[in-house]
Amino acid sequence: MAELLLRPFAAIGNLTLSGLESLGRAWRLFSSAAVSIRSTDVWTPLLLPQMAKVGVASVPIALFIATFTGIVMALQASYSLTGAIPPYFVGTLVGKTMILELGPVLTGLVLAGRVGANISAELGTMRVTEQVDALETLAYDPLAYLVVPRVLAGILMFPAVVLLAISIGIAAGWFTALQLLEMSSAEFVKGLRIYFAPWDVWFAVIKSLSFGAVVTGAGCYCGLRTEGGAEGVGRSTTRAVVTACMIILCLDAFWAAVLL
Amino acid sequence: MSIRLQEVRKSFGPKPVLKGFTLEVRDGETLAIVGPSGSGKSVLLKHVAGLLRPDAGSVLVDTYSVPDLGRKELIQLRRRIGYVFQFAALFDSMTVAENVGMGLRRMPGWDAQRIAARVAECLALVDLNGLGDRYPAQLSGGQRKRAGLARAIAPSPKFLLYDEPTTGLDPVTTTVIDRLILRMSDELGVTGLVVTHDMTSAYRVADRITLLHDGRARFTGTPAEVRAAGDEVLRGFVEGDPDLYFGSGRD
Repeated sequence: MAELLLRPFAAIGNLTLSGLESLGRAWRLFSSAAVSIRSTDVWTPLLLPQMAKVGVASVPIALFIATFTGIVMALQASYSLTGAIPPYFVGTLVGKTMILELGPVLTGLVLAGRVGANISAELGTMRVTEQVDALETLAYDPLAYLVVPRVLAGILMFPAVVLLAISIGIAAGWFTALQLLEMSSAEFVKGLRIYFAPWDVWFAVIKSLSFGAVVTGAGCYCGLRTEGGAEGVGRSTTRAVVTACMIILCLDAFWAAVLL
Repeated sequence: MSIRLQEVRKSFGPKPVLKGFTLEVRDGETLAIVGPSGSGKSVLLKHVAGLLRPDAGSVLVDTYSVPDLGRKELIQLRRRIGYVFQFAALFDSMTVAENVGMGLRRMPGWDAQRIAARVAECLALVDLNGLGDRYPAQLSGGQRKRAGLARAIAPSPKFLLYDEPTTGLDPVTTTVIDRLILRMSDELGVTGLVVTHDMTSAYRVADRITLLHDGRARFTGTPAEVRAAGDEVLRGFVEGDPDLYFGSGRD
């Protein structure tokens, strides 16, 4: 009976311990990776291909999401803003929401699925087929070769993809306002400009930069910790995506509390 | 002496794999470590290459104490060690030639022309001429193993570690690989450590054979000594007799 009562506490204890263990391992991995940045001859030739893979190849899906988000934002804003609220607030709402929240967060979550899963599956397969060990035996630092170019590519390319997504989202909202809401272009732009603050864009850039580090970092960490064949690769891929999504949402709240 | 393991212990979680393994591989010889699957042979090899750290005991390669090496020194030592992986561990996204040239790109003073010449030389040595532009997925099992061997010997290592080099190969390809291992020893003068459970192969390539049993070196001797040995566990392994190997009463 006593054992039954203690079971939930034991589960919480085990969960806390494994969480702390993972944190410790992640800290060790990324502090070692930070040291590996010095091996520039290893990672610099790999940076551009990784930037293309992480950033350029993610543009179509990011723009697809942003386009429909912009359209829906405009339609819902028009539906919600009734009575004395002037219609140009549709532009305000679309602009502010796309820049501050939906552009960075939606793009971050989508890329967690696309980029994070890709990195984790690739490195996980390399781990279980001993390719990571092979790199070491060939005198390569696996962190400099595998982790550094991917995380740097994420940090550099996420802001670019997010800014593009924000622009396309706003453009889609503007087009919707013109075509479906019978607003004029001047009205939409007036709403867009009225509460615009340049800091908002910096806020989006800072957020997306941190999301880039989180998505690629989680992919690398989970990939390199893979054990046990194809099933293990599947498990670590799922873990990479879930972890990245959770950290993105936590960071989103953190940056809003700290920077706004 | 070139490779020396002294009282090496290693556990994974609660499971002890090596329980005080001691071994000496002399300069220029090829030593085969035999034992059943799961007995810790590959774990042992990874200790020599510095891919695993022992819980206790020492691993010496030439004058280097492998577990005590810093990152830079370990990289320097690994330039002198070639590692042939059980399933070749070729990089999928690279061609065979790029795989073979990987280690050379990290060597000071090696330009693209010199690397290409050495890659061609190594591919010829393992009879893979003309296959340099293929990807690993386009190779057969035996060809992949040979490509893995070519990659390991490209930086002209002093030591070659072979992890189950003939597992999963047909008898003819097994003989081809065994001959290559002998060539590496005879022509290149490398010190070899071969991990295998294939006794035919061990007899063919090894100067001495060690049986790894219950985490320790149970028996070490020349192939002739192994054939003549009366040790029951060794006999059980060589003859494939589980009663002798595990002791009577166990299935």
